Amino acid sequence: MKATLAIQRGTPGEAPRVESFDVTFEHGQSVLDGLRALRCEIDPSLAFRFSCINANACKECMMLIDGRVDYACTVRLKEGVTTLAPLPKKTLIRDLVTEIAPPDERLWPRL
Amino acid sequence: MTPVGSNGAAAAPTHIETDVLVIGAGGAGMYAALEAARAGAAVVLADRSLIGRGGATVMAQMTVAAALGEQTPDHWQHHLSDTLAAGRGLCNERLAALLCEDGPRRLREMDGWKVGWAREDGHIKQAQAPGHDRPRCAYVDFLSTGPAVSRTLRSRLNAANAVRRIGELVIVDVAVRDGEACGATALHLPSGHAVTLAAKAVVIATGGLTGLYRRNSASSNMGGDGYALALRAGAELIDMEFVQFFPIGHLAPRLVGMDPIMWDPFRYKLGGKLLNSDMREFEQDYATRDTRSDGRYVLTRDLATYAITREVEAGRGSPAGGAYLSFQHVPEAEIRGAFGPVVDRLAANGIDLAERPVEVAPIAHYHMGGVRVDETLQARVPGLYACGEAVGGANGANRLSGNAITEAFVFGARAGRNAARRALQGLSRWSPEAAAPALDLLRSAQRRDAPNLAAVIVELKALMADTVGPFRTEAKLRSAARAIDRLKTEIGEIPFSSAVAFDPVLVDWLDLRNMLLVAQSVTLPALARTESRGAHQREDHPGLDDNWCVNQLVAFSRGQIQLSRSAPSTRRTTA
Repeated sequence: MKATLAIQRGTPGEAPRVESFDVTFEHGQSVLDGLRALRCEIDPSLAFRFSCINANACKECMMLIDGRVDYACTVRLKEGVTTLAPLPKKTLIRDLVTEIAPPDERLWPRL
Repeated sequence: MTPVGSNGAAAAPTHIETDVLVIGAGGAGMYAALEAARAGAAVVLADRSLIGRGGATVMAQMTVAAALGEQTPDHWQHHLSDTLAAGRGLCNERLAALLCEDGPRRLREMDGWKVGWAREDGHIKQAQAPGHDRPRCAYVDFLSTGPAVSRTLRSRLNAANAVRRIGELVIVDVAVRDGEACGATALHLPSGHAVTLAAKAVVIATGGLTGLYRRNSASSNMGGDGYALALRAGAELIDMEFVQFFPIGHLAPRLVGMDPIMWDPFRYKLGGKLLNSDMREFEQDYATRDTRSDGRYVLTRDLATYAITREVEAGRGSPAGGAYLSFQHVPEAEIRGAFGPVVDRLAANGIDLAERPVEVAPIAHYHMGGVRVDETLQARVPGLYACGEAVGGANGANRLSGNAITEAFVFGARAGRNAARRALQGLSRWSPEAAAPALDLLRSAQRRDAPNLAAVIVELKALMADTVGPFRTEAKLRSAARAIDRLKTEIGEIPFSSAVAFDPVLVDWLDLRNMLLVAQSVTLPALARTESRGAHQREDHPGLDDNWCVNQLVAFSRGQIQLSRSAPSTRRTTA
């Protein structure tokens, strides 16, 4: 099966651009599985956060998936287009990564 | 002057000064930071991930062993006997004794911090686990002990004013001056800037190396970076050939939103059956090798791993390459009773245990080896400490279940306290030159996209799983050593980069620099150890060899790994 991931990319100050990537997948695989495969097969520079991979324990992979805030590790890949974008109410760092650390756990708290 | 590098490290580094730097914010690192602060030190707690989110503790679902004597009378010496027996002659007895003796105090402290240990009839409930002579394992509940532990330590940290927490900070190298640890150099991921940290003591709390393997039960950031940091700083590693595999990690169908090692408590409760492709139970075929069966688990972890691997090699594996785990003989109501709402989470993954089995296979779970430390948790490099899974020696050739979180607490607290003591007595040995090599490395990064480093990491993980996995031969290990050398050449000595902010390519390169060194540190002692003991099983050298009742040490000098041997530390005081 083939999924198309339409991903909003870029850094603050750049006009956001949407890039689409096709990834093959097996039934049951997660959006995070697709993003990890995409880095290995197509574009290793794509930035997204994750730590625990599939246990939904670290809560780092939160992003906008088809317009809804969700975890990439628990949403399944589907055939056709899935749109991915950074969290809209958080400061953008790059691609799908936003500033989600609590302010007192940042290097520069006021940044 | 034009900056040479193409990344944020070209800017002047941000500099931070502290008494104690703790690297890694899992259970051990958080405990170390709390204890160092309690001893009066200023602490920086740094993690490459967000604070308290990465590492193994948050993923641990299971139990925490300590001789509390709540369920049944117990003494830490009994716990020690079981720990030493599991370690098959290789435990550092002094570290193991610390773990067992301090365990109850730390579990009671966590109880006072309201972690919520499960209770029964007014006492902390302790469960029986394989390898223990009596019920000794506390838990919060079967699927959330680790998250509860993490949450408790995080809330203590939030209240500890002396601890500055900094997430998203990748430590590149420990800074060493005149042979002593004096701080570290780091990459700040969101900005791409270099950071230097001056510290009077440095604590490595980075966890294990299970991320070196294709299938593992830990977070993505467990690639063994602390071992590489320690080696390059001049420390020794011990028992690196002993990687523990958890026999029944989830394999198929794809299970998301849950920890892959979740099946164990349910198997324990309900007696799940391991079946091969003929739908035949096979554990008994291997049971004669094991004299330590507790009657409920037929096989201990290392033997169950062996049994499943053998069945797969004999062509009797499940479609995805493991064994079936079946609960079909259990009435549906009993499954619901044991699994509760987990049944619904499984249903969302298309799993109905009453209808069909799942597939399981051995999965890299824990590393017995690690930084060689003395009883103060200090490495041979003054000022450099280690704690938690990053420490080697306490568990010998095989870890007893329930000891991992206990060691995170006990060694974390001790390392934190001793690091603080050193910091409060000593002067800063910091000098900017100590950070210069790592800063130069970051500044030298160049934009490159071939080879794809994310794919190289996948290749390394497959290589480790297939040739340095639970069952080893000289031929496989030699091929692994050659392949690791080839990958080292492929990535070269100049970091790759792709962006300034949050650059995953630069992180992959820094990770590979560590992972390849650590992969060698596992492969070479595994090749040298021509016997089978605990988690190290050589198909070409079956059985224990008394001549091999020694620990192997790994050091790094002039770009080369050096191996040596040493008799296991006993509790007798040596002159």
